[in-house]
Amino acid sequence: MNILTYLIPISLILGGLGLGFFIWTVKTNQYDDPDGDAQRILSDEYDDRPKP
Amino acid sequence: MTATLKQPVSACPACSVVPAAEALAETQPVPGAVALSLPTIHCAACISKIERGLSAHAGVRAARVNLTLKRATIEAEPDVTAAMLCNVVEGLGYEAHELDPSALNATSTDRAGRELLMRLAVAGFATMNVMLLSVSVWSGAEAATRDMFHWISAAIALPAIAFSGQPFFRNAWTALRQGRLNMDVPISLAIGLAVVTSLWETSLSGHHAYFDAAIALTFFLLIGRYLDHRTRAVARSAAEELTALEVPRAWRVVDGAEEEVPISEIAVGDLVRVRPGGRVPVDGDIVEGQSEIDRSLLTGETLPVFAQEGLAVSAGEVNLTGPLTIRATAVGRDTSLHRMADLVAIAESGRSRYTSLADSAAKLYAPGVHILSALAFVGWYLYTFDMRTALNIAAAVLIITCPCALGLAVPAVTTAASGRLFRKGMLIKHETALERLAQVDTVVFDKTGTLTEGLPQLTNLEQLPRPDVELAMALAAQSSHPLAKAIYRAALDAGFAAASVSEAREVPGFGVEAVFEGQPVRLGRAKWLGAEPLAETATYLQTGEETPLAFRFEDALRAGAEDAVRALREGGKTVCLMSGDTTPAVEALARRLGIENWMSEALPEHKARRIQDMTQDGAHVLMVGDGLNDTAALAAAHVSISPATALDAARVASDIVLLGNDLSPVSDACTTAESATKRIRENFRIATLYNIIAVPLAVAGLATPLIAALAMSASSITVSLNSLRVKGRG
Repeated sequence: MNILTYLIPISLILGGLGLGFFIWTVKTNQYDDPDGDAQRILSDEYDDRPKP
Repeated sequence: MTATLKQPVSACPACSVVPAAEALAETQPVPGAVALSLPTIHCAACISKIERGLSAHAGVRAARVNLTLKRATIEAEPDVTAAMLCNVVEGLGYEAHELDPSALNATSTDRAGRELLMRLAVAGFATMNVMLLSVSVWSGAEAATRDMFHWISAAIALPAIAFSGQPFFRNAWTALRQGRLNMDVPISLAIGLAVVTSLWETSLSGHHAYFDAAIALTFFLLIGRYLDHRTRAVARSAAEELTALEVPRAWRVVDGAEEEVPISEIAVGDLVRVRPGGRVPVDGDIVEGQSEIDRSLLTGETLPVFAQEGLAVSAGEVNLTGPLTIRATAVGRDTSLHRMADLVAIAESGRSRYTSLADSAAKLYAPGVHILSALAFVGWYLYTFDMRTALNIAAAVLIITCPCALGLAVPAVTTAASGRLFRKGMLIKHETALERLAQVDTVVFDKTGTLTEGLPQLTNLEQLPRPDVELAMALAAQSSHPLAKAIYRAALDAGFAAASVSEAREVPGFGVEAVFEGQPVRLGRAKWLGAEPLAETATYLQTGEETPLAFRFEDALRAGAEDAVRALREGGKTVCLMSGDTTPAVEALARRLGIENWMSEALPEHKARRIQDMTQDGAHVLMVGDGLNDTAALAAAHVSISPATALDAARVASDIVLLGNDLSPVSDACTTAESATKRIRENFRIATLYNIIAVPLAVAGLATPLIAALAMSASSITVSLNSLRVKGRG
């Protein structure tokens, strides 16, 4: 059962990373224009540098 | 995730004012910020083409296209106007309309929606982890391991609940302070009690802890809240866009020169120039010029009115033929447009206060749950004299009965139904509009601009001699008057070619005159030509001194009007017509559509009173109208629809806005609304059924955390799936 000492913190940290990542996407307005972003990826204009 | 996050619409004024004020503070309009609506863009190429085109324009600092909102925001030097940028985009082959950036302020930030999403994410994360730990407890973790798992669950659940549950705690607190009970009171109590008893149990290394139930409850309820928020946000943003499309500008005349200013800067006594085709921005008296004005949005009259010096005009009327200069007599809130608001307020006070299904369910449910749980607590305490057991059972009862399914029952259905109607071009502005629409048994239509396009159509083209039509066509080409345009269009479609005339000029307010083969020819009002005016809408052509020839018109039916009326009648609804127009015009239309109940020359008060009378006789009236004269009636009706072409005041007063030009979705909307309401009731029944099975178990002290988790998830999932079955035609 000692394995739990590692597994539980690991699973929590990984889950927490995912949560933190999601909150970051929300905070940086990444859901403002989902349709536009889906289309912009098709254009090579933004390959080197994303549109600010 | 394809969420477009917007400001919430709230019933509580403080809730909607605070975030709006914050948003306003955050997005002070940047000088030189321009917003354009781009309804036709659809792909990656459109985006790059428009962005490149706009950025290449001198003075533009940055341009960004938002495909989801079909909108471009541009930062530019102050001397770059929206009209210039519109031309740039139109030059690239796309439709572009200027948007009023101040009307869009609230859509640019959405703190409330974002906050809700963040809380939802935290609750979801915590639920997953706590459930994982709970599964091992349910499958037989013992002694120290179980205690450790309970403590870890507590460590995850407590901060997560403290953060995610805030919307519920806040609402519950507000309700309790006002001495009311709402759905959030039992929710907060259940969450709080579950957490407290679980902590107590855990510290005594007991078997049952409800951390998983408490956090799962928060998670499911937040999903309901978020869906609800999104549906309203989408509607609000679309409604704002409609308002923003009408940029409030006026041309003020100062020392003979015209300058373009926002309407808010016009003061009483200022001279304002109204160009042909423009809308009168303020109330005033005409001091210079002659023209005809279209009052259909205000009075429902289709026939344009002759306007000359001294005539009083009201904001919202459209100037047709000649430029007018008016002296403002009332501006802003004092205009007749705004005075109509008083009438609306009176009409609204007469409207029966509708209690939404969710509210009536909460009214039954909230006290019931509290009493049940208190009884369980008292009963078990008297039976065992053990505080711990009694409290545990009370918490179990609260959790089992907690309205997960009830919280999802309404938002899940409204989201599905509003989404379906939005795709058909109906915008549901009010949260209970669908429920009210489902009860409708009487439909009242306005005529001008609603059942008809408000655009005349030539009717007697076949009976007119060819040379005269060609002559009229040549004259009509000189004018932007709706009747002239109708003649030109009809003649062009029928394959006529305009005769060649010379010295053509428009006589504002009267018509057009020209010289044809040495003879004067005139096209215009009956009085001007000395002709006997006909009862119906008509214009007259006179060659030399001959008898004037009449061109007759009728108002074109709006697309789908016949279908909508037929479908509504087939659906067993009474259809009525109420118009401010003249009796012959209204009677003709009523006969054409087969409407038996009609009322003509109705004043705004009459319309509203008539609807109130119908309501008192027990009818649930749906009012469909577009004009200012309908505004009071729209507010008085049980539920109301206005087309997107309506005046802003009418759109604000109505619950549903029809975005397209077609009227046929009206009857579909009734079908969808009925189906949606049926689903909501079914959802309530499913939730009750689960409670009937699970509550006796909880009261008997047999409910384990496993049973609570199963009952909660099962009922939430059933309810969500049931909501997707909302039907409509097509």
